[in-house]
Amino acid sequence: MKFAVVEFPGSNCDHDAYHATKHVLGQDAEFVWHKDADLGGADVVVLPGGFSYGDYLRTGAIARFSPVMARVREFADAGGPVIGICNGFQVLLEAGLLEGALLRNRDLKFLCEHVHIRIERTDTPFTAGAVAGQVLRVPIAHGEGNFHASPETVAALEANRQVIFRYCAEDGELSDRSNPNGSVSAIAGICNAGRNVVGLMPHPERACESMLGSTDGRVLFESVISSIAATGVV
Amino acid sequence: MSIDQTTIDAHGFSPEEFQRLLEILGREPTMTELGIFSVMWSEHCSYKSSRLHLRRFPTEGPRVVQGPGENAGAVDIGDGITAVFKIESHNHPSFIEPYQGAATGVGGIIRDIFTMGARPIALLNSLRFGELDDPATKRLIDGVVAGIAGYGNSIGIPTVGGEIAFEPGYAGNPLVNVFCLGVAKADGLAMGLASGAGNPVYYVGAKTGRDGIHGATMASAEFDEHSADKRPAVQVGDPFMEKLLLEACLEVMRTDALVGIQDMGAAGLTCSTSEMGARGDVGIEIDVALVPQRETGMTPYEIMLSESQERMLLVAQRGREAEVERVFAKWDLHAVRIGQVTDDGLLRIRDHGEVVAEIPNRPLADRAPLYDRPTERPAYLDDVAQLDLATLAPPTDLGQVWLDLLGTPVIASKRWVYRQYDHMVRTNTVVLPGLGAGVVRVKGTTRALVFSLDGNGRHCYLDPAEGGRLAMAEAARNVACAGAVPIGATNCLNFGNPERPDIMWQFSQAVDGIAEACRALDVPITGGNVSLYNETDGQAIYPTPVLGVVGVLDDVSHVLTRVFPEPDLDIVLLGDPAGGLGGSEYLKQHHGLVRGTPCAVDLDRERALQGLLVDAAQGRWIRSAHDGSDGGLAVTLAECCVESGTVGAQIDLPSWDGADDRFGVVQALFGEAPSRVIVSVAAGQRDQLLSSARERSVPATVIGSTGGDRLRLAVAGQSVADIGVDEAEHAWGQGLTRHFER
Repeated sequence: MKFAVVEFPGSNCDHDAYHATKHVLGQDAEFVWHKDADLGGADVVVLPGGFSYGDYLRTGAIARFSPVMARVREFADAGGPVIGICNGFQVLLEAGLLEGALLRNRDLKFLCEHVHIRIERTDTPFTAGAVAGQVLRVPIAHGEGNFHASPETVAALEANRQVIFRYCAEDGELSDRSNPNGSVSAIAGICNAGRNVVGLMPHPERACESMLGSTDGRVLFESVISSIAATGVV
Repeated sequence: MSIDQTTIDAHGFSPEEFQRLLEILGREPTMTELGIFSVMWSEHCSYKSSRLHLRRFPTEGPRVVQGPGENAGAVDIGDGITAVFKIESHNHPSFIEPYQGAATGVGGIIRDIFTMGARPIALLNSLRFGELDDPATKRLIDGVVAGIAGYGNSIGIPTVGGEIAFEPGYAGNPLVNVFCLGVAKADGLAMGLASGAGNPVYYVGAKTGRDGIHGATMASAEFDEHSADKRPAVQVGDPFMEKLLLEACLEVMRTDALVGIQDMGAAGLTCSTSEMGARGDVGIEIDVALVPQRETGMTPYEIMLSESQERMLLVAQRGREAEVERVFAKWDLHAVRIGQVTDDGLLRIRDHGEVVAEIPNRPLADRAPLYDRPTERPAYLDDVAQLDLATLAPPTDLGQVWLDLLGTPVIASKRWVYRQYDHMVRTNTVVLPGLGAGVVRVKGTTRALVFSLDGNGRHCYLDPAEGGRLAMAEAARNVACAGAVPIGATNCLNFGNPERPDIMWQFSQAVDGIAEACRALDVPITGGNVSLYNETDGQAIYPTPVLGVVGVLDDVSHVLTRVFPEPDLDIVLLGDPAGGLGGSEYLKQHHGLVRGTPCAVDLDRERALQGLLVDAAQGRWIRSAHDGSDGGLAVTLAECCVESGTVGAQIDLPSWDGADDRFGVVQALFGEAPSRVIVSVAAGQRDQLLSSARERSVPATVIGSTGGDRLRLAVAGQSVADIGVDEAEHAWGQGLTRHFER
C-alpha cells in the first residue's frame, strides 16, 4: 500500500504523516512535492497539516493552486481515497473537494490539546474499520478549526450522512463544553458526496503510538489499508 | 568629511572606544564604518562588560562537541548524534512590541540552531512579568504568548514547556528568554566560518528593510518613558519565510557545496560578514547594491545595520554555485551572490562598486572593548537578609494557605499558556507540558532528550551567588527527575545596568555560583546569552540568570513524570525535611515579604541525589519523581496528585531540631530547600531505593502513601491539613487561567 504525503511550502506535519504511515504502520510512503506533476502511483493521498504558504491569505487558499492539486482532484474524481488533516482539510475546502469553511476558533486562540471525537459513519475508506459511535482520543492543534457552513449546506451534509466525526465528551455525549472551537453541530470532520475524500481538524497521525499518549488515530490508517486491500482498486 | 562629536556620541562610543577605532582604521571612519563599529562594539554583540566573567564558566567535557563562540553549543548524545542548543533573550523588543518582539526572539534562536546544521526539534521559554493585577501586564503576556505561539506553531517546532513567574520588578522590563534544541549527525555540523579566497558569498531569505536598525544598540541601553518611540527598531517576523529557509538550508548542507553559514541576527549583515571573516581569518567583500531590498533609497549604512528577519549569509564552494542555487530555487527562495571571500583580511563594503567601508576583520572582532567594570556589594543585602519570624503571626488555617499557594500564578497550572503552543508537532513529545521537564524522543534511536529551564530572580536578589548555584542545581535536578543524565547547559543572564557597581557585583557573584555548581555537577556550559541594561527609569530587575540544562535518557521507556500513577504506592522524600522560609513563595504570598536568605545547596549532596534518581529510573525502582521547589513540600505533594485522575495521599512529615517554635509546621509544609525530591515507589522496590540512598548518603524518608481522594497532611504525627484532591485541582487549575478569562 502506498501513501503519498503532499508537501506544500509551509506544511509542517508532513514528516509526522510520513512517519505514521511508513514507520508505525509499515506501509510504503513517499513525499510528493507540490510542484510535482504526478502522485507517484500512490494508493492513498494525504494532505498534511501545517501552515501552507504561511496561511497568509486564508488557510489553504494559496495551496489549492499548487500544480499537484490538479492531480489530487483527478485522483479523487476517480474514487481514490484522499484525507486532509488540519491544514490539509482547509486546503480541501478551498479546493472545493469538500463543502464548508473553517473560521477562527470561538475564543480566537490557537488550541493544542487532546480532545474526543465520535465516529459518526463507517462507510468511508478511513472509518470502515471502526464502529459507529466509537470515541477516539486525538490531539487538535489549530487556530482556525471552527467549522462553518450555511444552514442549507449543514442540513445537506447531515442528510447525505457526510458528517464523519463530531467533537464529544469521553463518553460520546455531545455538549457545548466538549466542542473546543465552536464548530457548527460539533463537526470535526466530513466527507464528500462520493465518500472517498475525508477532511478533519484533529490529528490522527499524532495518535498512533502509545508513547505519545494515544493510539486511537491508527484506526483511520488501518481502515484505508484494509479497504484498499479488500477492493483491490484505487 | 569629518564626523561630528554629536554623531559619535549618538552611536554610543566612549572617547576611548572612538580612539581605538581611529587606531584600527588609521583614519577617520566613514558613516558606514562608524555604524559597523557601533553595533559590533555594542554590549549586545561584544559582551564587553561580561566577557571577562564568562571565562570562569567550565566549558569543556568529554561530551562537548562545540563550546561557546559558535552560533550554538553542541554535545554528543551517542548513536552518532549531537544535540545542539542555546538560549537567547528578546527582553527589550518584547516590552516595546510584545507579539513581534517575542515572535522574532523565537525566530532568532531557531536560526541559531539550524545554522549549525541541526534540525530544530523543540522550544522552551522562560518568561518574567509584573504582577497579574495590572491590566498592562496582562496585555503584555497575551501578546508575548501569542507571539511565541504564532511563530513556533507556524514553523512547526513544538514548544514543549518552560517557566513563567511574576514579580513587581519585571513590570517595566519583562524577560522573554527562548531556548531551542536541535539534533544533527555528529559529522554534520556546519560552522559560521568563511574560507577560500574567491569563494562566493550568498545572501538568502527575506529582503532587507529599515526595520530593526540599531536593535543591538537598543538592547544595550536602559528604558525610559520615551522607549515607545523606539518601536521602529523592533523587527517583524515571518515564520513562513523561516520555514522555507530552514528546509532549504538543511538541504544545502547535505550537498557539501557549503563552506560556512551564519544567520543575520543582531547587527544583521554587519555581524554575519565580519564574524564569518574573522573566524576564518579571511576578508569578505560585498556590494550592498546587490542586496535584495524591500524599500527604496536605502543607504549602505542602513543596509549594513538593518535587522530584518529571516536572512542568512552563506559561503559556497567556487564552481558549485549551481547546486546551491538549485536548492534555494526549489524552495522559491533567491540566493543572491553579493560578494566573495578575499585573502586580504578586510571587510570591504561597496555600493555600486564604490568602496564605502574597509575595516580589518580581526581587529574589529578581537579588539572589541573589554571592561573589568567595578563591583560593589549592594547596601540593600544586609537589610533584606533580616527575617524575624517573631514579628509575624503564623497562619491558623493551613489548608487554606495550601490552597492559596496552589492558586498562586507562579505555581498554578500553566495550561492557559501551553495550550496556545503546538506542543506535539513532529510527534516526539513524550511528556506533555506541565508534567515535568521537556522530553522528546530521538527517532531512530531508543533515546530521549530531556531539558529544563530554571531561574529564580528572588533568590538571586537575596543572594546572587547562592541564587546562581540554586538555579543550576534545580535545572539539572529537573532533568534527573525525568530519569536523564544532565550533560550540557546554556544560560541567559538577565541583569541591570553593568555600569553600576552593585549590578556588576550581582553579575559576578551569580556567574561564580553557576560556575561552581556546573563544576560540582560536571555539566559544562556550551554557550548562552547575556542581557544587560534591564532597567526602566533607573529601577533594575531582580538579577535573573536562567539556566537551561540538557540531559540524555538512554531508554525513553524509563521516563518519569511528577504524577502519582496509582494508589497504594509508598511516598518517599529524598533529601532533608527541613525547609526554610527565607525568600520563599509562602513568605511573599502570605506575609508580603521578600526577605531572608534562601537555603543553601550542598552540591555534593545534590550530585549524589541526581545520580540516585537516574539509577532509580533506569532500574525502574520508582514510579514518579517531582522536584520540591516553590511552595515547599506541601505544594510539591499536591502537584504530584493534580492531573493524576484523582489519586490522593496521606503524609506524615517529620519535624526536626532547630525548627522555629511557632513556625515549625509552616516550615515543614511550605519551607523551601534544594536537593529534595518526592518519589513514589511500589512496595517491592522500596528497600532497594532506601538502601541505595543510604549508600550515597542521600537522606530518604518514607513519609506516606498514595490513595483516596484527599490530601491529608500531618507533621510528627499531628494532623495539620486535609484538603480534597478536587479542591487542590480547582485552585491549581484556575490560578492563572482566571486572570485571562473574560
